[in-house]
Amino acid sequence: MTETTAPVAFPQSRTCPYQPPAAYDPLRGERPLTRITLFDGREAWLVSGHATARALLADPRLSSNRSRPGFPAPTRRFAGITNRRTALLGVDDPEHRTQRRMVVGDFTLKRAVELRPQIQQIVDERLDAMIAQGPPADLVTTFALPVPSMVICALLGVPYADHDFFETQSRRLLRGPETADVEDARDRLEAYFGELIDHKQQDPGTGLLDDLVHRQLRDGALDRDGLTALALILLVAGHETTANMISLGTYTLLQHPERLAELRADPGLLPAAVEELMRMLSIADGLLRLAVEDIEVAGTTIRKGDGVVFATSVINRDETVYPDPDTLDWSRPARHHVAFGFGIHQCLGQNLARAELEIALHTLFDRLPTLRLAAPAEEIPFKPGDTIQGMLELPVTW
Amino acid sequence: MHIDIDKDVCIGAGQCALTAPDVFTQDDDGYSALLPGREDGSGSPLVREAARACPVSAITVSETVG
Repeated sequence: MTETTAPVAFPQSRTCPYQPPAAYDPLRGERPLTRITLFDGREAWLVSGHATARALLADPRLSSNRSRPGFPAPTRRFAGITNRRTALLGVDDPEHRTQRRMVVGDFTLKRAVELRPQIQQIVDERLDAMIAQGPPADLVTTFALPVPSMVICALLGVPYADHDFFETQSRRLLRGPETADVEDARDRLEAYFGELIDHKQQDPGTGLLDDLVHRQLRDGALDRDGLTALALILLVAGHETTANMISLGTYTLLQHPERLAELRADPGLLPAAVEELMRMLSIADGLLRLAVEDIEVAGTTIRKGDGVVFATSVINRDETVYPDPDTLDWSRPARHHVAFGFGIHQCLGQNLARAELEIALHTLFDRLPTLRLAAPAEEIPFKPGDTIQGMLELPVTW
Repeated sequence: MHIDIDKDVCIGAGQCALTAPDVFTQDDDGYSALLPGREDGSGSPLVREAARACPVSAITVSETVG
């Protein structure tokens, strides 16, 4: 096989917030693996085939440990912080398994079902407040961000009163712009959780963090820094990702009025619609791994030391699995998408996220049947390609 | 049908319970378990889907002979 074109640069920004960048078109072909160039000129493998992605994401020869020398970085600011301790998504087994075991009981399907009335109440209250103040409204700041923030605060036992602080620092952590912003945001969040943990040791509450303080910290299964890293990832991952899915999901539905009408006519379609939106939007578009051994896959050899990037937006549009993949379709079996990842790191909060998305989207369009964009769709700003995808603002009226 | 769950591999993602809720559940620790009386899959066509949905291949399904 002769390579005639230069490797595609990754990541790139989307031109439509719910479609992969047009620049990724060459990656959407017959080859499940393609060479790409990262920001620093380094080449890496980009995985675009669905079957290959599932096999590789479950392969222990690919490490998630960001502190390993040679771990691929999608941005300069990410490259500057690989020495920082990151729980769950940034570590390998057996350390990862030990951490996950401590919290998995609080993220089961059963637990998500138990939390539904509380999620519904939070959604209702946020909509009451938005309706009282509008129209118009910025759906990101009035609804998409506060709902998951309040839910994860209640679950963890983090005071929601501190939300301006942790939402701002989470935004800096994920989007910079500079390495110094990311480092400073980490420092501030770590200091915040350190103090919160100290406080919880004196004055225990009823959240998951209180449980961890009293079960794991006291028994020595976790030290204070370990618990801080775990708390940080649960809070950041717990609100940022779902907030993006609510804002981008709403935008996408408003741009697909026929699909929205189907969903309104039959709320039974909601679970399927949430899966299809997860597949279509693929907001965590660029999962990173480092090969720690040679891996033979799909007729190619990934060498030890190679960086491997999973473009979920491309993988979830593999037309051998999802016919007519760019079309939003509630009747397709969207199951088996990799929007939550795959393998041992598959999203811990996925059951909670599904419940939040179902309740938030259903209640939003139920309460506000005339909801529409308050600005031309193409002028509404969304996030650049080097972070979790979603809307920066979502001006709406009703 | 014989269903085997490797609890040492299971990560508690809950995909099995989501896909085939009539057969799978999660125990109090979050790990995959078979519902009482449904250990043979109860003929559910979703059992194989659930095994395929498992992100860590912790579920093995085999046909019992005889």
